[in-house]
Amino acid sequence: MTSLPQPSGKKLGLVIDLDICVGCHACVVNCKEWNTGGYGAPLADADAYGSHPEGAWLNRIHSFEVTPANAPAQIVHFPKSCLHCEDAPCVTVCPTGASYKRSEDGIVLVEEDKCIGCGLCAWACPYGAREMDPLANVMKKCTLCVDRIYNENLAKEDQVPACVRTCPANARHFGDLGDSGSEVSKIVADRGGFDLMPEAGTRPVNKYLPPRKKTAPAASPPSVGVEELAPTGFLSWLDRALEKLG
Amino acid sequence: MTAQRNADGRRLDMSPTVSDEVKQTTCYMCACRCGINVHLRDGKIRYIEGNRDHPVNRGVLCAKGSAGIMQHYSPARLSKPLLRTGERGSGEFREIEWEEALALATQWLGDVRKSDPKKLAFFTGRDQSQSLTSWWAQQFGTPNYAAHGGFCSVNMATGGIYTFGGAFWEFGAPDWERTELFLIFGVAEDHDSNPIKLGLSKLKSRGVKIIGVNPVRTGYNAVADEWVGITPGTDGLFVLSLIRELIRAGKIDVDYLVRYTNAPWLVIDAPGEADHGLFLRDKDGSPMVIDRKSGKAVAAGKKGVKPHVAGSVKLKGKRKAVPAFELLAKKYDDDSYSPEVTGEITGVPAAQTRRIAAEIADAAFNREVVIEQPWTDMKGERHERMIGRPVSFHAMRGVSAHSNGFQTARAIHVLQILLGSIDAPGGFRFEPPYPRSVGMLPKPHGKNSKANTPLGGPHLGFPEGPEHLLLEADNLTPVRIDKAFSWDAPMSAHGLMHMVISNAHARDPYPIDVLFLYMANMAWNSSMNTSSVMKMLSDKDENGEYVIPKIIYSDAYSSEMVAFADLVLPDTTYLERHDCISLLDRPISEPDSLCDAIRWPVLKPDRDVRGFQSVLLDLGARLKLPGMVQDDGSAIYADYADYMANHQRKPGIGPLAGWRGADGSKAGRGEPNPGQVDAYIANGGFFKKHIPMEAQFFKHANIAWQDFAVEHGLQDGRAEITFQLYLEPMRKFQLAAEGKLAPQPPESHRARILETFQPLPHWYPPFEGEAVDLNEFPLHALTQRPAAMYHSWGSQNAWLRQIHGTNPMYVPGPVCDAAGIGDGDWAWVTSVHGKIRVPVKRMEAVNPKTMWTWNAIGKRGGAWALNPEAPEAQKGFLLNHLIHELLPPKGDGLRWANSDPVTGQAAWFDLRVRIEKAEAPDGQSLPHAENQKPVVGAPVRDIAYGKEWTK
Repeated sequence: MTSLPQPSGKKLGLVIDLDICVGCHACVVNCKEWNTGGYGAPLADADAYGSHPEGAWLNRIHSFEVTPANAPAQIVHFPKSCLHCEDAPCVTVCPTGASYKRSEDGIVLVEEDKCIGCGLCAWACPYGAREMDPLANVMKKCTLCVDRIYNENLAKEDQVPACVRTCPANARHFGDLGDSGSEVSKIVADRGGFDLMPEAGTRPVNKYLPPRKKTAPAASPPSVGVEELAPTGFLSWLDRALEKLG
Repeated sequence: MTAQRNADGRRLDMSPTVSDEVKQTTCYMCACRCGINVHLRDGKIRYIEGNRDHPVNRGVLCAKGSAGIMQHYSPARLSKPLLRTGERGSGEFREIEWEEALALATQWLGDVRKSDPKKLAFFTGRDQSQSLTSWWAQQFGTPNYAAHGGFCSVNMATGGIYTFGGAFWEFGAPDWERTELFLIFGVAEDHDSNPIKLGLSKLKSRGVKIIGVNPVRTGYNAVADEWVGITPGTDGLFVLSLIRELIRAGKIDVDYLVRYTNAPWLVIDAPGEADHGLFLRDKDGSPMVIDRKSGKAVAAGKKGVKPHVAGSVKLKGKRKAVPAFELLAKKYDDDSYSPEVTGEITGVPAAQTRRIAAEIADAAFNREVVIEQPWTDMKGERHERMIGRPVSFHAMRGVSAHSNGFQTARAIHVLQILLGSIDAPGGFRFEPPYPRSVGMLPKPHGKNSKANTPLGGPHLGFPEGPEHLLLEADNLTPVRIDKAFSWDAPMSAHGLMHMVISNAHARDPYPIDVLFLYMANMAWNSSMNTSSVMKMLSDKDENGEYVIPKIIYSDAYSSEMVAFADLVLPDTTYLERHDCISLLDRPISEPDSLCDAIRWPVLKPDRDVRGFQSVLLDLGARLKLPGMVQDDGSAIYADYADYMANHQRKPGIGPLAGWRGADGSKAGRGEPNPGQVDAYIANGGFFKKHIPMEAQFFKHANIAWQDFAVEHGLQDGRAEITFQLYLEPMRKFQLAAEGKLAPQPPESHRARILETFQPLPHWYPPFEGEAVDLNEFPLHALTQRPAAMYHSWGSQNAWLRQIHGTNPMYVPGPVCDAAGIGDGDWAWVTSVHGKIRVPVKRMEAVNPKTMWTWNAIGKRGGAWALNPEAPEAQKGFLLNHLIHELLPPKGDGLRWANSDPVTGQAAWFDLRVRIEKAEAPDGQSLPHAENQKPVVGAPVRDIAYGKEWTK
């Protein structure tokens, strides 16, 4: 069993905006592209051109259909990766100490040299956010691009996770959720950001922002609506409108 | 990895080397043309990211672009020219050397050119080099050239150009920074991709409402604040209903209409006469208006005239003339456009239509946007500020791909104009080189093609009346193989690529000798009626010769089309080539800047392949095409890069606008600069010239813009553009159909032209729904592009195919219940033309009469280096099998194209179907094409990309 470190003040994580995520998968693929040549073993693709292609991904989008009782059905796109929980059961369950939470910033990582591919951590994660690499047989998970965010070979503005840098809809934000004054903390406060499955007791660092309310087809018009002119009203209105032009 | 220990004593390198070098070029994973930074390490691609400085994507990159590594290293890449050895379609070839391939192509093409150039049909698909390919075809002398616009979105493009000299996407964009209400019609998750997402994000951050009008609530429509789940093919009627509500409430911008549109232009009212419905013109040809002071008809351009937009003037005899706007107001202020009536057809509740009209009015007139920037209009009037109506729209294929798409596009544009929101702050903004009116654009060329002689001008253009059609001397027979610019599709400004193979096969209007295609998967997902097209490509005549005698095809990948070619010219990947994203072609400018870009080889090919554009120039030189050879017969251009820098379309104007002039100091106009391509490379692969603020709005009437456009070579002189609410060229075609104007259409076409060529936007039901028994085919079926994939070129990609490896038919829940179909069951989907067996996924967030699937996931076994057992080849399917390029026979002895009657746009989305439960014990979709023999080697089984950089 692996112990969690003393909670750090710094809690790096993602804030994901469900109001604007269009489910385009840019974050999913760019993550794979960065990480297959980065931290740990490549993110392999078994049977890549065959009948059962199966690759390791650190981030996936799930699309749900929601059917409210009094509004038209809608699709919600839900990107999901490791939430870097404060009480990370994937860490405490690890028999070799491979799975760990960094004391300095709270990022949860797998030290692959120590990983025996037993899969216990994936079972323990209530979010299903870990995937076994199909070739290397080590557990893969979101590293929060730990090899980007501190990388001195990258320009300062690029020292963010690949998914955040690439998101075309700006639906992903990165920062220190342990600092109540940080941009991400402010967004979470303003927008009512929430924990995914708080009942699991994992205290995830990542937060989700809820979709804003949609207009129902039968909603009322704006106060200054279109009032129909009298049947012959249009032409006289037009005359007045032209007069006003001088 | 460097061994380092972090605070927890773990081995971790937080600052690894990323790459040896970064090369900046342009993406080609879809049509957006985003800027990319290609990180190279050890000569391989380490990572591709968006270029932050690039005007199109500003640093972001979509799923497709991010999967470029797998596209570049795809096992489906062709590696050598191929000559067919087996039967067409079998996939049996032998590899040949380039010299043999080019000599053979030169012989085939040369034989055609010296006998009858029209026997070459040269059509390019997702071509981003149309200014080269069209010029090449023009110099060759064949009338038969077009790219893929005819089966994509020509209705949108043409509807916009004719109406206001621009269109969505490449011709203009919403003012994302200032708009207060945004409506998006018929856009799946593409066209365009990153710019729309960037824009939607800006709207969300400003709290601006987004209304999605689409039968399917995925992608952009999933995040829209309001969804209008419209019935396919009825968008035009919905928009005309909005127009009716706004007119009745007086919520239109009369000042804008008087200044910038033909609203006041007088239309002759003289039923039965040859000029009925045409504009009243003075002896100089100037349109006339009623002067409000004198009540008399005067030239529209007369100084100081204050035109009326209603009323009438008496002309000689019983003739009179009325302003176009009066006709417009009367047409739409009619109960047939009331939301209650239209709602029966569109499926949009009347209250929702009314409220949306009110929201449009509220945003446009209660929240006007003012920019404190003086400017001067073309009449010389100084304006102290720029005042805008902040409502903006975007629309694309869902509106376009119907047989009423041109009129629907017109309706959308006319609504924007009535609000006063075209190129006004907060509205729709033109992107350079637009606006360009139809009068500034070419007319179609192609008549009288002669041996060894170039055409007199470009193939594609904008007819303004029947006199501009491409017809033989009988005024009936089409000049072109696709029958573009004929009575079948008079204003088909992008050609009709979807008709080329079937017409060539039918030898109607004539047989051809060589079919030359580039990057167009016409034997699969880019054709209607796929199974029949595959047969047409391989049919033989009574002498045992192929009906389409010779097929040359260029592609980078082993697509389905490759198997049907006689000669295959292998293209490079997008990272191995030169390209120019030219203002002479499909521009990438932004509303505030004039932009163009290049691609350049950031990697060297490891195969014996050549960029198609260089090959085309080589063929041009071998054929001695004018402009491609020196007087001594030697080639002018060494390759495409040489052409990009040195070709001049006219003095000072070339493919690239940046760094012109001998020292690279000129923009737009200037003599060729041999260092131009290097200058682009040094600048990240693109050129961007900022437009002064004074010139950024009201470009159609803004002197500062006009002067900027002239200075930069976009046009040769100032040209005020008057928006055409009432479209006179349409009326001319009607007059021809009435027998009043020559040339005249055949009797068979007259009623249809009268009905569909109405000069004010008009809605009529899509043709297929009128041609079939709706009790038998009560439902609609559509395709959408997956955001994460682009046509067939993306679906072999090792990463993208894990996201979209199959394409279920998404069927509305109530339809499933009625047919007893459960989620995961199989079903037969039947159209009047054919039936397909497909897997079903139940869905509620969709119009209740509409089923849909993802486009181009299904594959032919043996193509694209995929295992024939792959789900794409087993379970994946094409809706194309249900869609015929011709409408069902209607007993008049003719077969009409399944296309828009105005532009010839392929009417993919008119499709009507029914659905029944099916059994599929083998788990295979039907029809199932026989496998083609792979033309590339078997791929590796597993991929661990980047292994050498990890451990």
